[in-house]
Amino acid sequence: MDETGRPRRPLRNLSAKLAMLPMILTALVVFVGGTLWTVVHSFTDSKLLPRLDWAGLEQYDRLWSSDRWLVSIENLVIYGVLSLVFSFLIGFVLAALLDQKIRFEDTFRTIFLYPFALSFIVTGLVWQWLLNPDFGIQSVLRDWGWDVTVDPLYDPGIVIYGVLVAGLWQGTGFVMCLMLAGLRGIDEDIWKAARVDGIPKWKTYLFVVLPMMRPVMVTALVIVTAGIVKLYDLIVAQTGGGPGIASEVPAKYVYDFMFRAQNLGQGFAASTMMLVTVAIILIPWAYLEFGGKRR
Amino acid sequence: MAFRGQVTLLGLAGATALATSASAESLEVTHWWTSGGEAAAVAHFAEAFRATGNEWVDGAIAGSGSTARPIIVSRLVGGDPMGATQFNHGRQAEELIEAGLFRDLSALAEAEGWRDVVNPPSLIDACTVDDRVYCVPVNIHSAQWLWLSDQAYADAGVAVPTNWSEFVAAAPALRDAGKVPLALGGQPWQAMIVFETLVPTLGGRDLYDAVYETKDADAARSDEMAAIWQAMADVREMSRGTNVQDWNQATNMVVTGAAGGQIMGDWAQGEFATAGMTAGEAYHCLPGLGENAVISTGGDAFYFPVLDDDAKSEAQDALASVLISPEAQVAFNLRKGSLPVRGDVDLEATNACMQKGLEILASGNTIRSTPELINEDTGTQIGDLVTQFMNEDAMTPEDAQERFAVIIEDAE
Repeated sequence: MDETGRPRRPLRNLSAKLAMLPMILTALVVFVGGTLWTVVHSFTDSKLLPRLDWAGLEQYDRLWSSDRWLVSIENLVIYGVLSLVFSFLIGFVLAALLDQKIRFEDTFRTIFLYPFALSFIVTGLVWQWLLNPDFGIQSVLRDWGWDVTVDPLYDPGIVIYGVLVAGLWQGTGFVMCLMLAGLRGIDEDIWKAARVDGIPKWKTYLFVVLPMMRPVMVTALVIVTAGIVKLYDLIVAQTGGGPGIASEVPAKYVYDFMFRAQNLGQGFAASTMMLVTVAIILIPWAYLEFGGKRR
Repeated sequence: MAFRGQVTLLGLAGATALATSASAESLEVTHWWTSGGEAAAVAHFAEAFRATGNEWVDGAIAGSGSTARPIIVSRLVGGDPMGATQFNHGRQAEELIEAGLFRDLSALAEAEGWRDVVNPPSLIDACTVDDRVYCVPVNIHSAQWLWLSDQAYADAGVAVPTNWSEFVAAAPALRDAGKVPLALGGQPWQAMIVFETLVPTLGGRDLYDAVYETKDADAARSDEMAAIWQAMADVREMSRGTNVQDWNQATNMVVTGAAGGQIMGDWAQGEFATAGMTAGEAYHCLPGLGENAVISTGGDAFYFPVLDDDAKSEAQDALASVLISPEAQVAFNLRKGSLPVRGDVDLEATNACMQKGLEILASGNTIRSTPELINEDTGTQIGDLVTQFMNEDAMTPEDAQERFAVIIEDAE
């Protein structure tokens, strides 16, 4: 580009810049400012009201020696990894199946996407009932004469998988829709070329189509990951963090300590740790993604 | 813009002038009394307040206190104060008082002699910060009750226990009869009630005071405390198979005889009354688990946010004096199933259990409730520990005791 050719750069597209000003200010003040404020106050012993009485790393010490926080992190990792893997796997397979020019595609798409229209609260309650040993799946199976036990929500060891099932049920349809859009965006000629070359269909999907769907994948990844990190309402509705503390998650820890336990410092420390965790994952990725293109 | 702002201001001023000329102030009162009985009880307060010529705007928040308190606090801190609000007795509002958000009611308290009429006096102490009174106590609820189903024990062929050790000894017989010895709902606060009942009853009030009041970590590591955690392990075993969440569902198991007993606060008697059962005939109640007849004096108090409007402040005074008036105390507490905070009113106790509670209260064998002694932060930590212990069989009583001692050590 010819840099010198641009007249009076700061005033170019003035109206557009003016229109963006509120959003820029919001981003700076609310997001960046709020984040900094939170981080700063996580080093204080603020209780119900924020105050600047320095406590050093005390809040972090307590956080990392708290069983509940450790359980929360472990749950988030299990839920996060499995929910990413399975929602992408199932989502892609469903999309590929729907893409076979089948009949009643609209109907199937609606059915698969429908759970996404429900809030996490409703999803949680529905699955709480389904997984209740006295009323749900277990009782139905036992009525049919199979003596099986399906009560994940009452077993501390596997409760997080009970939550995972509900999360997948709710979110997979959405991933499927994104993937389907991606598949539809693939040029018909690619398929024709692959057929001419005699490449089997599954190989075409795996080695040709999938790499071409990279932008869609990234979009889906960002949306699904953001949903995982802020996992809160599903837990509250489905298990309340129980049995015991077996299904606690970080976002719930933050809320409970900020508002119920009236210990803002502890809540801020936990939310800062959440931010750090996200940053640790995000920064190397962003570096690879955007740093690589400049080369 | 400026012009429109002026018009709005004028409009507001007009509205205020109208309200003042009618000499009736409306106060929004926030509370979390939303169940049938509670709503009926609070209606007595509203009625008495209306009789003073003011308007009661009901600001009930559904859900429990732990749902309502964050909403109330954020309104106060965010500069949108209500006319008056409920909190539990104790330290929940401590910092809000220190921040100067609540009105000092000392003059009114002095004039009406609250300190002389409130029994136990610890309730007025809980309202007092630096010799100034900031709240009005309205009722007393105690947690240390064991409710027993006569039906369950008849089915199992054993006598109804009269104390905790008999209760534990009878548990195997109940198991054999296919019953749950001790019903315990899954919500964490219910396990907390059990724990806070075992400490002062089995351990004695000295242990309770040492742990909760002076936060003595050595007491928390003592053999007496070890016995409490051992008893919690018994509870864990006896409550297995309860599979319900809400406290009233667990109480219902006692009502129907599916469970032997339940440790629950005095509010549980409403469930037995609703089922048409008579205390001493169809069910029994053991205050202090029959070991040590001591009850805690928890309950509710009202706080009044600082408002700029003098007329509203006057209405707040009127409301405060209504809440603690003998008539409103009797009407409210009879309906609510709680005990009055005044030592000088006569409550025609309608059942034997309430009568027992009144007697213990009169004898002065009371302890302060945990929210008065520890802050919400420590309470949450203990709650997490207790609920984890109740749900993880792998956790030993010794393990739990040590972690409890660490929490007490750090408590403020």
